[in-house]
Amino acid sequence: MTVGSRRWLLAVVAAVLAALVVALFMTRAAQPQGLKAGVLDPPHAAPEFLLSGSDGSDVTLDRYRGKVVLLTFGFTHCAAVCPTTLATLAQARKELGAKADSVQVIYVTVDPERDSAAHMHDYLAAFDPSIIGATGAPDTLATVRADYGVTAVKEGTGPDYAVAHTSSIFLIDPAGMLRAVMPFGHDAADFAHDVGLLIAQ
Amino acid sequence: MPSLRKSRPFALTLALLVFSGLCWAALVPVEAASRDAVFEIPRGTSAHRLAGEKVDIFPQTIRLTLGLKDVLVLRNADDVPHIFGPTLLRPGQTFRLPFATASTYNFACTAHPNGGLNVIVAPGPAPGWERLAWRWRQLANAV
Repeated sequence: MTVGSRRWLLAVVAAVLAALVVALFMTRAAQPQGLKAGVLDPPHAAPEFLLSGSDGSDVTLDRYRGKVVLLTFGFTHCAAVCPTTLATLAQARKELGAKADSVQVIYVTVDPERDSAAHMHDYLAAFDPSIIGATGAPDTLATVRADYGVTAVKEGTGPDYAVAHTSSIFLIDPAGMLRAVMPFGHDAADFAHDVGLLIAQ
Repeated sequence: MPSLRKSRPFALTLALLVFSGLCWAALVPVEAASRDAVFEIPRGTSAHRLAGEKVDIFPQTIRLTLGLKDVLVLRNADDVPHIFGPTLLRPGQTFRLPFATASTYNFACTAHPNGGLNVIVAPGPAPGWERLAWRWRQLANAV
């Protein structure tokens, strides 16, 4: 092989390698950057409610206008889903740092029989004292659930009954629009990501 | 053998190009023109069900693939709201749910007679042989 041929071959090798690197970079750069949660289009005003808060005050969405509200439903005797969700949301607030003040987590009980405001206050404080619990009359809570398409079915009898419930988290933007729904199972980073986007918009 | 010596660089170049093509096919992530898997709840679905008619809207099990078809898009063209897994879809509303983890997801869905919907999200073809084989199948299908 002559010196000229070798140079030519080296040039081809370099060009091929460069093309491969560019192709890899372009493919990675093309990843979508939207919300990690499921997005509702068009968004609609999040159904308003008036419930009793674990802090002793009334809980309405209007009270938190200007903040991103992460709305979730559950019960304090829940063994797995609720503690995971609440721990994840508490962690997300930590990851948001200074922006955490722009987020309010509301935890609406599906078990008003056992979840008094005082009990929810103590329970939620173990995760993040800023999380507010919301309870009310069974009919009122049933209406709130229906407005959000949330189901809650009592399972078992006796004092240790459980409640099978929708485990999604609703993302409401600072203008009070229901923008997205995060299914159970996402990590704190996904919530922090989406909240950051909603605050920025 | 001057002619063989002369053609050697070209043969090597050709081999190199074929090799790079195979490397590209085996390593570069696969992608689709659209990652959306779109399903629609047709108008009248609820009315038909209330009338006792059997309504087959979309499959009981939807299969998605990460990186290729991993965004479930559900449109509610019906006159009434429907619960789709994590949310309530109002008439005319669309829900666009991206998946980032391969798993089986079970959702509630009032558009289905039994009230449920399964979404199986499979991993995309892994770098190497799987990705090469996937591209080969795509090429074969296109031809």
